[in-house]
Amino acid sequence: MNDEAEAYETPLTPESWGKLGMWVFLAADAMSFGGLLAGYGALRFSSHNWPVPKDALGIQLTAFMTFLLICSSVTMVKALSAVKRGDRKWAAIHLLGTIAGGLSFLGLQAYEWTHLIHEGMTITGNPWGSSLFGTTFFILTGFHGMHVTGGVVYLSVILIQILRGKIGYNPVEIVGLYWHFVDLIWILVFTFVYLL
Amino acid sequence: MGVFLALFILTVVEVAVVFMPLSRLVIGGMLVMLAFTKAILVAAYFMHLKFEKRTLAIIAATPIVLCVGLMFALLPDSDPAKVKTPAAAASQAQPPEHP
Repeated sequence: MNDEAEAYETPLTPESWGKLGMWVFLAADAMSFGGLLAGYGALRFSSHNWPVPKDALGIQLTAFMTFLLICSSVTMVKALSAVKRGDRKWAAIHLLGTIAGGLSFLGLQAYEWTHLIHEGMTITGNPWGSSLFGTTFFILTGFHGMHVTGGVVYLSVILIQILRGKIGYNPVEIVGLYWHFVDLIWILVFTFVYLL
Repeated sequence: MGVFLALFILTVVEVAVVFMPLSRLVIGGMLVMLAFTKAILVAAYFMHLKFEKRTLAIIAATPIVLCVGLMFALLPDSDPAKVKTPAAAASQAQPPEHP
């Protein structure tokens, strides 16, 4: 009896260990974001002078940033299907588009932060109301921005490996999972921090 | 591509909802519904969760269950009426007696 072969055939595991690993990591990461969002909710709910976010933050710009991330998710889907067809060039072009989407997002976020800091919003205070408004804003968007930064690095490594012809479908699918997750988290952050 | 269109339209609807002349509670409810619809679309189609074994869906559902639980666990402590500020605590305290 071959233990190793049996382990691979358990009905509880998907076909790729890497994919399972990424999902477990994403579940843990989702709890980090969930903890921050729940803390944000509790602080905001208990505050008497929480500002109305849409009066303080630029919603049009962040709506465009949301659109950018959704577009970069679509190019990621296209890159993966190109890899499946074996079209390395087309895959590389779309991965490059995904990276460009992530970089544009980061650039716009840097612009937005600079603008807000000039208006007097910091981690410790802001002109509109409860000082925790600034604290939670910078921690939540900053934590997400770090994830985008990490994603851009991760995507770049995968892009280089694809150009060198070293990897196939599976690693691209896994980087895609991470990238779509970052998009998913932004949908929630955008709604709870900017719109609500 | 259909998913992309749906996400795009839902985002436009979200921004539009914010500027609608409705009560904040109704707007909030609609926004949460829209956000979760978008999140589920991303997970189901972009992340292929709809086409995977159920193990992955269970793994993905774990943080949602725990975080919603955490939200409700924090709720009793975030009642604005019960929050103690230094000023409120000082006014409640008895003035010190000098025998």
